[in-house]
Amino acid sequence: MKGNVKKYIPVLIIGLGFLVLKIWWPQTAADSFRTTVDYVSEMLLILPPVFILMGLLEVWIPKDKIQLWLGKSSGLKGAVLSVLLGTLPTGPLYVAFPLAASLLGKGASVRNMVLFLGSWAALKIPQLMVEIKFLGIGFAALRFIFTLIALVVIGQIMQWVFNNKPEPLWFVQNKSPE
Amino acid sequence: MTTILVIYGLLAICLILSLVKSKAKTGKAFKFALKSLMKSLPNLIAVLGLVGLTLGILPPETISRLVGEEAGLLGTFIAAIIGAITLIPSLIAFPLAGSLLRSGSTIMTIAAFVTTLVMVGMVTLPMEITYFGKRFALLRNGLGFLAALVLALLIGVLL
Repeated sequence: MKGNVKKYIPVLIIGLGFLVLKIWWPQTAADSFRTTVDYVSEMLLILPPVFILMGLLEVWIPKDKIQLWLGKSSGLKGAVLSVLLGTLPTGPLYVAFPLAASLLGKGASVRNMVLFLGSWAALKIPQLMVEIKFLGIGFAALRFIFTLIALVVIGQIMQWVFNNKPEPLWFVQNKSPE
Repeated sequence: MTTILVIYGLLAICLILSLVKSKAKTGKAFKFALKSLMKSLPNLIAVLGLVGLTLGILPPETISRLVGEEAGLLGTFIAAIIGAITLIPSLIAFPLAGSLLRSGSTIMTIAAFVTTLVMVGMVTLPMEITYFGKRFALLRNGLGFLAALVLALLIGVLL
């Protein structure tokens, strides 16, 4: 019970932030509140199916399959698969965190999950359409290519760091809900 | 809209396959989903509140004033910081970037803003830490920020 209360401390702090705004800058508070409500309604629509998909992944896909497809020795195929999974039009990044954590827990490599999260955030197809419209195809193409290269480099560095000093922390929160 | 269609389409296909194969396992999947959702909920609410707060305090007009005021490298750096802090949906962010470009910001500044916006998430950092641990989250975002600065420089020179 105590743990449950503790988990809501960030929410309380944010709530306090809203209260402070409400008192001193009511207009800003109203804008903030409207934006939050927009996000929450989007979240209510997206989260349930994503978490059900996660549940299905948990019960149906065996650990060795994930290791084979996305693990350390999955090579180029694993990297390409991670990027492709990331670019699918599937909503904001915070939705990808539990998914990636779940995959890491099942044996996906750090490099591939960095690629997955990075392309989820930066290389989404619908997002690219908007980018081309407002900033031109040259800008969008250059950013796409450089971002992809950067993600590979970052993934490789992080893989190296975690190989040398593993931190078996991920997915402790979600794993085996007792 | 496409997002919603893709997710629900995928869910429908997977759910039918799962139900055909085993009802018991599908039930287990639902149980797991509910438990994970309940565990993630406080974090999610906090992040959404934080996103709302930052967007309220730093609306597109303020961002465009802050970025537009400073020309040169300082402007680029400010754009990178603002991009790293805020989390703006692409439907608002790209039109904003487009209008900044038209009002005289350099390509480098726009690139810095856009790349840090998508590669670094200060608002989502606490949530990322609870899922992956401090080292993973800080490394990913820190390296992302550095990469974004290099990217901005390259794009600015090339375009």
